[in-house]
Amino acid sequence: MVFAAGAVAVGLVGLALGLVVFGYPASTALAALWQGAFGSWYSFASATLVRAAPLIVIGLGLAVAFRAGVLNIGGEGQFMVGAAVATWVGGGVGSWPPLLALFAVLIGGAIGGMLWVGIPVFLKLRFGVLEVISTLLLNFVAEAVISLLVQGPLQEARRSYPQSDPIAVAARLPVFPGTRLHLGFLIAILLGVGLWLVFTRSRWGFRLRVVGEAPQAAEVTGRINSARIVASALICSAALAGLAGALEVSGVTYALYQNLSPGYGFTAIAVALIARLNPLGIVVAGIGFGALEAGAGGMQRDAGVPAVAVYVVQAVIILVAGFSLSRARAARPEVSA
Amino acid sequence: MDPVTGFAAAAVRIATPLLWASLGEVVAERAGVINLSVEGAMLVGCLASAVAAQASGDPWVGVLAGALGGAVVAVAFAAVAIWGRSDQIITGTALTLASIGVTGIWYRHAFGPTGVGLSLPTLGPIEVPVLHRLPFVGPALFEQPLLTYLVVAAVPLVWWVIFRTTFGLKLRATGESAQAALAAGVPTRRCQTVAVVVGGVCAGVAGATLVLAQVGAFAERMTAGRGFIAIAIVVLGRWRPVGVLLAALGFGAATALQFAFQATGFKVPYQLFLMLPYLVALLALTGAAGRARAPRQLGRTVD
Repeated sequence: MVFAAGAVAVGLVGLALGLVVFGYPASTALAALWQGAFGSWYSFASATLVRAAPLIVIGLGLAVAFRAGVLNIGGEGQFMVGAAVATWVGGGVGSWPPLLALFAVLIGGAIGGMLWVGIPVFLKLRFGVLEVISTLLLNFVAEAVISLLVQGPLQEARRSYPQSDPIAVAARLPVFPGTRLHLGFLIAILLGVGLWLVFTRSRWGFRLRVVGEAPQAAEVTGRINSARIVASALICSAALAGLAGALEVSGVTYALYQNLSPGYGFTAIAVALIARLNPLGIVVAGIGFGALEAGAGGMQRDAGVPAVAVYVVQAVIILVAGFSLSRARAARPEVSA
Repeated sequence: MDPVTGFAAAAVRIATPLLWASLGEVVAERAGVINLSVEGAMLVGCLASAVAAQASGDPWVGVLAGALGGAVVAVAFAAVAIWGRSDQIITGTALTLASIGVTGIWYRHAFGPTGVGLSLPTLGPIEVPVLHRLPFVGPALFEQPLLTYLVVAAVPLVWWVIFRTTFGLKLRATGESAQAALAAGVPTRRCQTVAVVVGGVCAGVAGATLVLAQVGAFAERMTAGRGFIAIAIVVLGRWRPVGVLLAALGFGAATALQFAFQATGFKVPYQLFLMLPYLVALLALTGAAGRARAPRQLGRTVD
C-alpha cells in the first residue's frame, strides 16, 4: 500500500513538473483532475468506477498470464474481439429471458477473447513464436477487424455510421439508480475475490507461480506440464479480457464502435503491475486508474491540458512498480539450470 | 504514375522509417536488450524534428533534433533497465506511454490547440542521375529523399560494425552470455548502453523521416505502432542488417498492396489491407522462429 501510494505520488509530481515546464497552469489542471474523478458522488460512480470495471477485469486476466511468466500484451485486442462477439450475440437474444440473454452475452465475450488468443497460443506451442510479439501484432489486426465489422456485417441497419445497432434490452446490465454505474463493477470485484482464492488456494494457482518463477524446478518435478500451464494461463487471461469487452458493451455503450476502448488493454498492464499481480490489489489499483482516466477528461475540459498527459502519471507508476518488482526478484535466491 | 511504379514507390516509402528504427533495434538486440520504447523514441523524434525544423527553418536541424530526441528516450531506458536492472519489457512499455504523454503536452505548447502550421520545411526527393529514368523501379528507388539513401547505406555499415569490429564482438558476446563477456573483461553494461543509445538515435531519425520527408506535419500518436512493427521486423530479419532490409521492404510491400489494388479497381475492403502486413509478419515469424536464434540472453537483465 505504501509502495503503491508512493508510486502514485511520484507519478503526480512528474505530471505537475511536466505541466510547469510546458507552461500549463499546473494547480488548475490537478484540481480539474481531482474534480473529474472524485468531485461528486455522481462523477465518482459514473466516471471513475465505470472506467475502473474494464481495467480491473482485464488487469485480473493479465495477472494470470504474468504470474505464469507469460507476457500477454494483447489485452486491448482481446477486449475488442470480446466486445464484438458480445455485440453479435446481444443482437440476437432479444426474445430470451433477460438473465439468460445477459449470460449468453458475457460468455460470448469471454469466448471471443479465448478464440483470439488461440492464435498466439498455437504459434507459441507449435513454432515457439514469442507471445510478446504475437499478442502485440494481433492488437493491430483486431483494430482492423473491428473496423471491418462496424462497416460491414455488424453495421447498424441504417448504415449511416460505422457502429452496430444497439444490443437487445434483455442483454443489458442493470444500472444503479441515478448513476451510469452498471452491475459489471460488482462482477469485477467478485472476480477479484475469486481470483485471489484461486491464486492462494488452488493447485492451478500454485502451478502458475511455479512455472512463472522457477521454470526449471517445474520441469524437474516432472509433475507440471509447463506448456499446458502456459497455454491455460494465456487462454484464461484472454477470456477475462474478452469478458471485460462484453461488460463494456452490455453495461456502458450497448453497441460496438471503433474507439470503444481508450486503451484499457494497455492501462490494465499498469494496473496489474502496480498491484504486484495481487487480485485484491488490482481491484484497488483499477479504481485508482479509473480515477486517472476520469480525471483526464476533466483536465482536458477545464484546464486545456491534453488527456494523454495522464499517460505520464501511468508511465511513472509502471516504472516505479517495475523497479520494485525487480528488486524483490533480486532479493530471492537464484534458481539456475 | 503507372501502378507498378506507384506500388514500388509506396513500398519503399513505408519501409524507410521502419528500416531506420529496426536497424537501430538490431544493434540493441545483438547486445541482449529488447527495447520496446523504440515506439516512444520514434514519436519523440517526430515532434522534436518538427519543432526544430519549424524554429530553424532548416529540415536538417530537424533531423538532428529528432536523433537527439530519440537518444533522450534511449538514455532514460538505459538508466532504468540496464543500470537500474528493471525489466526491459516493462520499462519499454512505460517509456512509450510516457512519450505519448509528453509529446501530447509539448505539442499543444509548441503549436497551440489548432496544430502545426503548414510552414514546416521538408526534405524533397533527390534524383539519382540516369538511374531514376529506369522503367518501373527508377522513380521508386532513385527519386527518394536523402534519408532513404542514407539508411540503405547504413545497412552494410551496421553489418560491418556488428560482425567485423572489436566493438561488435563485445556487443554480441554481451548478448549471448553477459557473464562470460564480463569475465573476459567486456564492460557489458557500457556496451549495452551504447547499443541502446544508437538504437534510440536511429528511432529518432525514423521519426524525423516520417515528419520531414513524408507527412510534413506532426499529429498526436502519429507513429501508430510503427516502433512495434520495427521490433517484429528485427525478428523477421533474424537479427541481421540485410535480413532487416528485406523484411522492412517486405512489410512495406504488404502495406503498399492496397494502393496497387485501388488502382486495379477491385472492390476489396481496405481493412483487409490494414491487417495484411501484421498477418504476413506473424506468418513469417513462424518460419523465422524455427531456423534463426535470438541472442541467447535477449531481454535478460545483466546483474
